[in-house]
Amino acid sequence: MNDVLDVALRLVIVFAVFMVLPLVVGQTEHKVMAHMQGRLGPMYAGGFHGWAQLVADGVKFAQKEDVVPAGADRRIFQLAPAVALLPYLLVLVAVPIGPGEGAVGQVVDAGIFFVLAVMGVGVLGSLMAGWASANKFSLLGGLRTAAQLLAYELPMLLAAASVAMAAGTVSLPGILDAFEWWWLPWQIVGALVFFVAGLAELQRPPFDMPVADSEIIFGAYTEYTGLRFALFLLAEYAGIVVLCGLTTVLFLGGWHGPFGADGLGWVWTLLKTAVLAFVVIWLRVTYPRLREDQLQKLAWTTLIPLALAQIALTGIVKVAIS
Amino acid sequence: MPASPPPSRPRIPGSGLAKGLAVTLRTMTRKTVTAQYPDVQPELPPRSRGVIALFEENCTVCMLCARECPDWCIYIDSHKETVPATTPGGRERSRNVLDRFAIDFSLCMYCGICIEVCPFDALFWSPEFEYAETDILELTHERDKLREWMWTVPEPPALDPGAEEPKEIAAARKTAEKLEAQRAQEAQQNQKEAEGEE
Repeated sequence: MNDVLDVALRLVIVFAVFMVLPLVVGQTEHKVMAHMQGRLGPMYAGGFHGWAQLVADGVKFAQKEDVVPAGADRRIFQLAPAVALLPYLLVLVAVPIGPGEGAVGQVVDAGIFFVLAVMGVGVLGSLMAGWASANKFSLLGGLRTAAQLLAYELPMLLAAASVAMAAGTVSLPGILDAFEWWWLPWQIVGALVFFVAGLAELQRPPFDMPVADSEIIFGAYTEYTGLRFALFLLAEYAGIVVLCGLTTVLFLGGWHGPFGADGLGWVWTLLKTAVLAFVVIWLRVTYPRLREDQLQKLAWTTLIPLALAQIALTGIVKVAIS
Repeated sequence: MPASPPPSRPRIPGSGLAKGLAVTLRTMTRKTVTAQYPDVQPELPPRSRGVIALFEENCTVCMLCARECPDWCIYIDSHKETVPATTPGGRERSRNVLDRFAIDFSLCMYCGICIEVCPFDALFWSPEFEYAETDILELTHERDKLREWMWTVPEPPALDPGAEEPKEIAAARKTAEKLEAQRAQEAQQNQKEAEGEE
């Protein structure tokens, strides 16, 4: 009975985090982007500086009609938002937030494998949506998503593999236990590659070619309305949380901090994740969208060689110190 | 011919990217330019062209404004009244009385020609701008409303130091000086007469 309670409690907490953090990131994006553009952003909803804007948006989406186009592949079309969103929830279960077994939803031994594989499934949602919509813009968006997934999954995996080599384990808590502060400069290239490739996988600007609204309307999400559209948006922000959390855990030492690692480890994790999320927003505001060929070029000619170089460096240092 | 590009310095790769990030971050720390209009009234410059106000006490129904209006959006009705002679045996005078003065702000293009041509200073610019209506017909505002807007007309901005004296003040001053001189002369004469009697 106690075990059941424990599992239920963990799931509830993970679910709460999953529902709250993406909204916090979304609201932060509203405000940060506005101020970076010399605007104020939402000011009315909720009274104080528009803190409830996303709640209001959610209510609006819930009221809208859920339309499925006549020519669409009905079941796939309706299933796609769930496929896009749920993997991030699953990933969140395996991300350790503090030291010890109490601070992770579920310890997965093959943590990196699990996390990266499941994150890849998230992109499948966009692909399904693009194919099932029976709309040429959606299809274009879906295909661009597929091309992007193929190009960027590889550098992401290679960068993660470098950390796994350094730690000698693929378990996420294991990596954190082995972490030393000098891994930071050692793995910095891998960290950059991982972060950039993750951004591309989330289709965040400047890598938002698959949803480029000025040329293919909204890519794979063109035909979606109401709650299903909201789920896609939520998936994007959940993806930001997961990516920043993973980068924190793999490259920035997670709950390790200059002080207070015993009791306040989770604060360090959250703080680092928040800073990374801010960087995600910052990049979005700053850079224009990459063209499709530039996207591919960046992945194949820059990120993959960099990731391979990082692996070589990791191997050399690893052999040298052992 | 375009100027030749400046001699290129060795550029650090990624410096452009960093510059972009710096721009957005700097903008974030600065004050925003958003005007929170319904909550905060805008600070309008003194000569704002919000609406045209009518000071109907000055209007003589000369019709100049209505005739000069490029899109004919001023409507004026009037009738004549005879004013009895002010002095016994004098002539009766006729006077124009304003019956209707309306401006159709759905036609008005805010050129301000009516205000320029009014020889009697009966029309003024007011910075008041919150008179939107849901029906276009309601944008034709009658004299009561136009007279009410007169209260929102700001004082004319102060003259520049050393500027020429305004004509009306100069005229008033001249009259006052003339009167004073006349009075002084009379007083002198009276004094002389008084001396002569002695």
